[in-house]
Amino acid sequence: MRQVVIIGGGVAGLEAAGFLGKMGHQVVLLEKEKAVGGHVGKWDRLFPNRRQGSEVMDFIRKKMDEKVSIITEAGIKSIDTSPDGYAVVLTNGEAIRADAILLATGFELFDARKKEEYGYGIYDNVITSADLERIFREEGKITTADGQAPQKVAFVHCVGSRDEKAGNVYCSKVCCVTGVKQAIEVKEMMPAAKVYSFYMDIRMFDRHFEELYIEAQQQGITFIRGRLSEVYEDQGKVQCKVEDTLTGKPMKVTVDLLVLLVGFMPSPETKRLAGMLKINIGSDGFVLPIDGHISQNETGVPGIFLAGAVTGPKCIATTLSDARSAALQIDQYLKTK
Amino acid sequence: MKKEGKEYIWKDYQKEIAEDKYFYVRSCVRQNFFPGSEWAFQKILREELKKDLFENAAHTSCTGIGYHTEIVPFETMMTVVARQFALMTEAGYEHFVSSCITSFGIYSEILETWEHFPETEARAHQYLKEATGRDFIKPKNLAHTGDIIYKFRKEIVAKGKYRLVHHQTGEPLKIVEHIGCHYSKMFPHRGIGGAEYPYVLVGMIEDWGGKVVDYPERRHCCGFGFRQYIVRANRGYSIACSRKKFESMEPYHPDAILTNCPGCPMFLDRWQYAISEMEGKTYGENGHGIPVLTYEELAGLVLGYDPWDLGLQVHQVPVEPLLDKIGIPYDPSKKFLGKDGRDLGRPEAPHFLKFYKES
Amino acid sequence: MKKDKWGYGIHPDRQIDLDNANLSLLELVRQSEPSYNLCIACGSCAATCTAGNLTTISLRRINIYLQRGMIKELREEIRRCMLCGKCYLACPRGVNTRHVIIAIHEALKATGYEEL
Repeated sequence: MRQVVIIGGGVAGLEAAGFLGKMGHQVVLLEKEKAVGGHVGKWDRLFPNRRQGSEVMDFIRKKMDEKVSIITEAGIKSIDTSPDGYAVVLTNGEAIRADAILLATGFELFDARKKEEYGYGIYDNVITSADLERIFREEGKITTADGQAPQKVAFVHCVGSRDEKAGNVYCSKVCCVTGVKQAIEVKEMMPAAKVYSFYMDIRMFDRHFEELYIEAQQQGITFIRGRLSEVYEDQGKVQCKVEDTLTGKPMKVTVDLLVLLVGFMPSPETKRLAGMLKINIGSDGFVLPIDGHISQNETGVPGIFLAGAVTGPKCIATTLSDARSAALQIDQYLKTK
Repeated sequence: MKKEGKEYIWKDYQKEIAEDKYFYVRSCVRQNFFPGSEWAFQKILREELKKDLFENAAHTSCTGIGYHTEIVPFETMMTVVARQFALMTEAGYEHFVSSCITSFGIYSEILETWEHFPETEARAHQYLKEATGRDFIKPKNLAHTGDIIYKFRKEIVAKGKYRLVHHQTGEPLKIVEHIGCHYSKMFPHRGIGGAEYPYVLVGMIEDWGGKVVDYPERRHCCGFGFRQYIVRANRGYSIACSRKKFESMEPYHPDAILTNCPGCPMFLDRWQYAISEMEGKTYGENGHGIPVLTYEELAGLVLGYDPWDLGLQVHQVPVEPLLDKIGIPYDPSKKFLGKDGRDLGRPEAPHFLKFYKES
Repeated sequence: MKKDKWGYGIHPDRQIDLDNANLSLLELVRQSEPSYNLCIACGSCAATCTAGNLTTISLRRINIYLQRGMIKELREEIRRCMLCGKCYLACPRGVNTRHVIIAIHEALKATGYEEL
């Protein structure tokens, strides 16, 4: 029986594992964290319909059978070429045979501390979109650092995205819709709160996304077109400076809580593994497939495949399709090998 | 405010500051604006810290003001700077210390340019050789004088007579700090603490017992900026910038403003008078202004130097309220005596800004 | 401002202070015409506006004045509308733009700002 090693236990790796198992292959899934699930496992509700992230995780997990074995807290020491494929050597010395390898190492969230002028980690009431999901999931109620219910909340789009100074020229795609979803959720939890959104463009690229934006407008969320330039703390409150580009004037807005919509970064593990496997990385740090239109899952190196955000920012639906596509490609490869 | 968040950023912006043997260059304007500051720096370095500080009277302006107003071209400025370095090389020094932030920015800009464009550095050698017959070696270490005071801030307070606390209540004094743009905004890694949360003055204030006021317009322009002041028609920009800062810091009731640039204290001090004359508005307690100090003046006060020796009498905003809070004695009758003891007369009092204690 | 003595004055601040903006009219217009919220500032209303081709009027700009509490500018601008309703045909979001104009007039009257 052929064996596939999948590196990365987020939704891409898990979905591909389930499909490859069903196709009759032996799968070993390596996850560096204590548990699989990746970013989706840490999210509360998903755009655009605000279903629970855990529902999607359950759906993916159900597909997995005894053909899939998962090794968590797995560190990869090296990937060696063998006469019939590869050997993935773990940091504990264990070598795992692989007829094919699927790189599903995904992304990491932009470290908001790098946008020093926004004061994340310094100002008490500046949080990220990921922090807000954790608050939704674990606390169920939003408070400022001093335990009060915020009366004004603002969302900042493109934190670490479309920003050459942050090292990222690309759009992270999903932050716009995440921000709109979270703004609606905040408004639903606290109808009296004023909710602002600082944006450059609202990029609602997928089905039902624009409708979500309309819903946010109907709820009275104030969209202000301008990139946040700097943030100050003023007696616990967060003072934001932005150009209101529609009036062409500088503007000051003070809020109780500021949410930074952090973008995608290629994970450092991707870079390391790409080096070992001699596969190409683009100037944006994500892995380059051999063709962006017709071969999203192939690297040009025989037996090495790609799935999910390892090739750039993607939403969950696209990631799952990409994972299935990768599983199919691997199946074809193994049959003809 | 989470201090550990700032510390996380500060660890990326630490710079090496030489321990001793400094070649010192002055500012072309500070001796007029704040005449005791450079004197205090020399006294502190030589007498308190026993450092070797060398100054060559043949050094000149860095021509930075001319450069930033587009009168002096880069090539000319670079050659002048090369000459300053030649004076340092000839004296056998390697650590270059500049009293002025504009100059510090100029030296930083030139060293960075030379690093990226070695052919430009080669031209500097050539120009200097042709013009003066001199040659130079680049400094091993470049620092602003504020960096030096920062480096020895703990030694200064250990030797000092006073701390930045209210002598009656024991409460730390609330100090606003303002950093010159050319200290770290152009090259954040050349300034202690970087550009967004500079630490150089914060370190002095905190180690000398005071508390830093973090007010909303902390990062806003002081009101100097070459173009907005040097062109008279633009001065309305300048004064509006300073006012924006005063309005923002006023609710925090700062006891003083500490600066590290020649321009910032000049404008933050003098514009308080101009705003009071134009609008009748003052920003300190009971019609007073907010005293504005240079780091050398503040270090001098901590060390117990006489306020009038430090040149504090030429400030537009009287510093007596601050001296009273710290408990520093001073003789009002000697405020307007020259160094030779001659009476220099008393300046006309402003209409609104409280200038004389009794008025 | 004693400008004579100095040769210059203190420049007034252009910054919009949204914290203290007068949004009373905005609230009235939102209640009166809920579709108003759906504006995406695309400008098709202003592009097609008959009066806008002859005067400075722009409904897109009127909307932003309303949202920033810039009542003086709003009042000045809105006078130029001839209520032809052509903007309503152009709006991709289905905002009842003609009624927005009427709602603004009513809000100006209700708040007393029309008279100032």
